Amino acid sequence: MTRWAMVADLRRCVGCQTCTAACKHANATPPGVQWRRVLDMEFGEYPDVQRAFVPVGCQHCDEPPCMEVCPTTATKKRPDGIVTIDYDICIGCAYCAVACPYQARYKTQRATFAYGKASEHETQRHDESRLAVATKCTYCVDRIDDGLAQGLVPGVDPRATPACVNSCIAEALAFGDIDDPQSNVSQLLAENQHFRMHEELGTGPGFFYLWDRDDGADSEDARAERRAAPEPDRAPSSNKGQS
Amino acid sequence: MTYGPNPWHQTNWDWRAAANFMGGGAGAGLIAFAALFGAPAWVSLAGAALVGLGLLAVWFEIGRPLRAINVLKNPNTSWMTREAMVAPFVFAAAAAPWFGVPLGAAGAVPALAYLYCQGRILNAARGIPAWREPLVVPLVIATGLAEGGGLWLLFGASAGAAPLAPWLGFALALIARLALWPAWRRRLASAPRALVAIDAAGRWFKAATLLPLAAALVAAMAPPPSGAALLALQGAAGALAFAGGLWFKFTLVTRGAYNQGFAIVHLPVRGVRRSR
Repeated sequence: MTRWAMVADLRRCVGCQTCTAACKHANATPPGVQWRRVLDMEFGEYPDVQRAFVPVGCQHCDEPPCMEVCPTTATKKRPDGIVTIDYDICIGCAYCAVACPYQARYKTQRATFAYGKASEHETQRHDESRLAVATKCTYCVDRIDDGLAQGLVPGVDPRATPACVNSCIAEALAFGDIDDPQSNVSQLLAENQHFRMHEELGTGPGFFYLWDRDDGADSEDARAERRAAPEPDRAPSSNKGQS
Repeated sequence: MTYGPNPWHQTNWDWRAAANFMGGGAGAGLIAFAALFGAPAWVSLAGAALVGLGLLAVWFEIGRPLRAINVLKNPNTSWMTREAMVAPFVFAAAAAPWFGVPLGAAGAVPALAYLYCQGRILNAARGIPAWREPLVVPLVIATGLAEGGGLWLLFGASAGAAPLAPWLGFALALIARLALWPAWRRRLASAPRALVAIDAAGRWFKAATLLPLAAALVAAMAPPPSGAALLALQGAAGALAFAGGLWFKFTLVTRGAYNQGFAIVHLPVRGVRRSR
């Protein structure tokens, strides 16, 4: 089997938002809609402050709450783990949007453009079927499918890889098949400590965050010590969200 | 719009979605009370009208109203589909007395099922801590029944004093929502922003539950007031319970529906590991 997943290395991400821009360009999302976005989180109090840049978006969950609640079956999960939306079936009830714990879904009631009037690019890419229905990150599913049809490897060959991953200047984002132990993402997960967001909700996100290496230098004792230590205050000292 | 780790209020469902829970809950509760305790045929129809108004409001909210029929496509997992499927039975049960078809207490079954669906709709929304808490299901049902019982008493006040049984049913629904409220609220400790809105509404909600409950006690225990005083008490108690339930559900959808934001359970380790 294949299970496509995204890996974000929090140590590498510099919050440059290139992935955000690449996603907007590749998917022609309107103003206010960001299928890929990077949060700027700040923890602690001066002078002991830490900062983290956290890419977020649809987590393509194993058990997607959005699919469970969808009354129309517009939201589906493919065997390879990618969660899709059929814009021709969706009624735009937004139940999926309130059910998603990752705030990954958007509904745009009417066409809007970055500078009021549609640019050439916006005119060419405007898609009426995406108005008044739910939209979200697709993992650039068309690129994946097209690439696979050409014998390319998603996550390795850029033409078969999501735009955000291709654009990342720090190689903080990686994409691949976590069911393949030899894949790039499986290797990253094997070599690093990682977590998934809101794991306690049982959604099984297909989006992993690397936060530290997992090698001999990091002894079990050291890890146990860190586990026992109080977690940093997860309430950030400031909310520097991206809009 | 600002994104970040701090929870913010959902922006997808507004007063129109709230109206579905308000009208649907009160209407289904009224139909259930009318079926259980009897009422003129128009009372059930009034309940159906409330349910219909709620559905109409939500129809105005969806992005593609001309495709609304697609709402019926996912009975396997979606409580919204199930609610839509139960709705015709609610209308049929409400209309039956008007057409001289006595359903008796069985007429309450679709209405109760409708209330249950509404509770589960909220409960299935895992993005909203105040909704996904399982106690929201019995709370929504109890509130709907208290609202419906309140309307039953309010409408019945014009026809004369209500007997003891409906007062008892009304009191039980009020006691249930009064008991469930703090239990549900206690489980929302991790959603402080939602709690601010919920607590603000809670004061009114509790007052609109306790006062009608006191009225039910006065009506049930001798010596009751008589004549016009009793009818006024009955009408006021019913109206208050109805209004309290509406306010709670309006708040639940439009003011207390904060998401949980984003959270990372480990900070990235860059360079030398921190000792803590």
